[in-house]
Amino acid sequence: MSTLSQLRQLEAESIHIFRDAVSQAQNPILLYSIGKDSSVLVRLAQKAFYPGRLPFKLLHIDSTWKFREMIAFRDRFCSEQELELIVHSNEQGRAEGVNPFDYGSRKYTDIMKTQALLQALKAGKYDLAFGGARRDEEKSRAKERVFSFRDKHQQWDPKNQRPELWTIYNARVNPEESVRVFPLSNWTETDIWQYIRIERIPIVPLYFAAPRPVVERDGQWIMVDDERMRLHSGERPIEKTVRFRTLGCYPLTGAIESAATTIEEIVAETLQVRVSERSTRVIDHDGDSSMEQKKREGYF
Amino acid sequence: MSAIDTYLNEHENKNLLRFITCGSVDDGKSTLIGRLLFDSKLIYEDQLSSLQDASDKNGTTGAGEIDYALLLDGLKAEREQGITIDVAYRYFSTPQRKFIIADTPGHEQYTRNMATGASTANLAIILIDARYGVVTQTRRHAFIASLLGIKHLLVAVNKMDISGYSEETFLMIRQSFSDFAQKLDIPDVRFVPISALKGTNVVRRSPELTPWYAGQSLLELLETVDLSQDLNTRDFRFPVQVVIRPNLNFRGFAGTVASGVIKPGDKIRVLPSNRTSVVKRIVTSDGDLQEASAPQAVTLELTDEVDISSGDMIVHDINLPRVKDRFEAVVIWMSETPLRAGAHYLIRHAGRFVKARVEALLYGVDVNTMEQVSVQELPLNGIGRIVVETTQPLFFDPYSENRATGSLIFVDPISNATSGAAMITDTVFIDHDTPRAVSDAAGLLRDHVERREFYWETGLVSAKDRLLRNRHIGKTVIIIGESAQAVQAFGKELERRLFRLNLNSYFLGFSSLSRGLASDVRDNRSEHDAEIQRLGELSRILTDAGLIFITALPSADAYTVERLKALNQPNELLVVSLGELSGRAVPVTITVGEHVSIEKNVDAVLGLLAEQHVIPDYCI
Repeated sequence: MSTLSQLRQLEAESIHIFRDAVSQAQNPILLYSIGKDSSVLVRLAQKAFYPGRLPFKLLHIDSTWKFREMIAFRDRFCSEQELELIVHSNEQGRAEGVNPFDYGSRKYTDIMKTQALLQALKAGKYDLAFGGARRDEEKSRAKERVFSFRDKHQQWDPKNQRPELWTIYNARVNPEESVRVFPLSNWTETDIWQYIRIERIPIVPLYFAAPRPVVERDGQWIMVDDERMRLHSGERPIEKTVRFRTLGCYPLTGAIESAATTIEEIVAETLQVRVSERSTRVIDHDGDSSMEQKKREGYF
Repeated sequence: MSAIDTYLNEHENKNLLRFITCGSVDDGKSTLIGRLLFDSKLIYEDQLSSLQDASDKNGTTGAGEIDYALLLDGLKAEREQGITIDVAYRYFSTPQRKFIIADTPGHEQYTRNMATGASTANLAIILIDARYGVVTQTRRHAFIASLLGIKHLLVAVNKMDISGYSEETFLMIRQSFSDFAQKLDIPDVRFVPISALKGTNVVRRSPELTPWYAGQSLLELLETVDLSQDLNTRDFRFPVQVVIRPNLNFRGFAGTVASGVIKPGDKIRVLPSNRTSVVKRIVTSDGDLQEASAPQAVTLELTDEVDISSGDMIVHDINLPRVKDRFEAVVIWMSETPLRAGAHYLIRHAGRFVKARVEALLYGVDVNTMEQVSVQELPLNGIGRIVVETTQPLFFDPYSENRATGSLIFVDPISNATSGAAMITDTVFIDHDTPRAVSDAAGLLRDHVERREFYWETGLVSAKDRLLRNRHIGKTVIIIGESAQAVQAFGKELERRLFRLNLNSYFLGFSSLSRGLASDVRDNRSEHDAEIQRLGELSRILTDAGLIFITALPSADAYTVERLKALNQPNELLVVSLGELSGRAVPVTITVGEHVSIEKNVDAVLGLLAEQHVIPDYCI
């Protein structure tokens, strides 16, 4: 009997979590964000139920401001992998033209992401939702449970979380309450990259460096992805070879200058640069503890 | 192959050590973790710069120095209080191993958090402040670590810099901890003198400061501790999580190998059905396996069509776990609602929920002295030994032999909160045959009723369904009085009046009972008791069935009525006394006049039934 490598241990743990959650849930859903962690999440789910199909659908919250390449990737990925996808947008927000420029990142995120997610979860009456969050991403997530309880307002209360011992998870909820389940809790960024590499998991091309039109805003390179991008007076897009460490809404996601076109090159850069992953997300910089605040309100 | 290829492949193939750090705020625990993360180059630059800002605001270290503790406290409230109040997980790796740290607080009220962190840990670091030596808290941490089955203990004697790197201090602390640790079941205990603040013996050995210490540095110990003996490779246990059936030709049982090893061709047994079969294939999406062991997640296909559902357990045919519905366990209580004997919970064990009742709280354990104490209840963070009874047998091994099948959690059936965690011990010391700790007949009866209600199996028609159909609820009415004849007649008239109101009523005479349902009762001395017991059980059933059940017991005394009351639980009894009773202090619900017309007396009882919402008002 050989000892399982750490990455295969993480894989086994994630598969265990998927199966356990499905055995407890009435109506599960997988929150799909198109990013690299979501790609890994889907692969692990497929492994957990192989040779069967996924016993749940994917839900994507489309804030309407995602990179075009993300949406194209999503549709291709879901059709190739034969995944059932539900796309939800906050239609009221869309009709009112809510955008990150006029409303600010905080309010925009609340309306187009948090509120949209809550609407979709309520409409679907899901009692369990898988997500791709990892504990090493951000300080407030280090204490997140694998099975994270949400009250009937879908809110997270750090003081009212269930103790989680061994690998015994408790997904029992009363009507309207739910749990969010994070099978990637114990994965680090390096684990994710290596897994994508050895499993040949498809990811959005935006992760790799390419010449892209960008403008500089508050020390970050913001990509001009479509004609809706508001340019300040005197601001002119320039072409730079950049890539993205995380993907979100294009006006809120900073690119980094990079020549990395392979996973190996990305990891090599990561080791040298050592700037933590979420620092290119504008929404995390709304103030100290801002991620924790968003989580309390129901943001993933 | 490029350097990055090598790096990534090495990273993938490292093995994993999960450990917990125990110590109080002042022991320098956060500083130690901060240093491990920092020195393994995982504190990213922007985290460092925001840390520098925060240190100026809240830091407790001197100006210019980085407060490592602030790096770790995740949540806002904690940051303001300066105390870590929950379990946080950190990740770092060295070329040798990947590490997951469960960072748990040292405060007394947080036994719960430490137990949580320890439950998944292979090793515990116990921090001792060299200035104070082994203190109460040290003993508490070591005790909880041993309780949770941690096999490797690393005692880090910290703040050696303040103690002048004194060998004598270190040796004294080592001796005093070793004396105490003999009482614990931890096979591997090591000691290392460190200064987390200065980095002495943390990552690298510091012979210039501790020339007398010949051992490895703390990180070297973490990198080399041998975990290969910790897994149970003997007993194959496979709780089935999901049945995978993509088409008619495939039926696979998916789960995680909890312990032991399985190979195709192995003869297996399924619990609880006790059916046997043979493993045909070990299926994974990356191809079939020739062998699977813990903690691999696989899917088993069997050679026979065996009916297996989620929550069943597959084991080797010749190596079975204990199959019991009554067992002892050591529990750590985690709820604000104290644990009391008689309480009902759900248990989650080996992938399924089972109804359970805490039959007895044998004793509590003082976490500081490890002494047994007699307790009536276990509060939040209390530790104690209990006897648990379940509605279906659990398939378990003692926790000391198998962490996966010997552990369980208690779940509150109303709020669904996780209320406690327990480790199953080997045997039940209280046997079924020995008398229970109940002093009197009333206690025995209470115990019986509690047990009966625990096992009471309800159908799919609820009491509310019956109410909507019948327009009334079930009720047991007992009629007593001086005149046997009048009591009988009254009972029968009540039955008829209710029946005419289209309500479901039934009258049972006592002789019908004693010659029928209770005709096998022979023992003279307890004959009446036994008959009353039958009557009580019958009334419980008929009330549950939604009937208004009437019986006449002219000479019933207080004892009899109390017994019937107890047996009729959870429903309440209605006791009608026909006239005043002489010399009998019976608890009656209503007394009607002996010389009033039978019709008016029945009216009075119907009025009371309507008042109690047993029957609707409009009927009378």
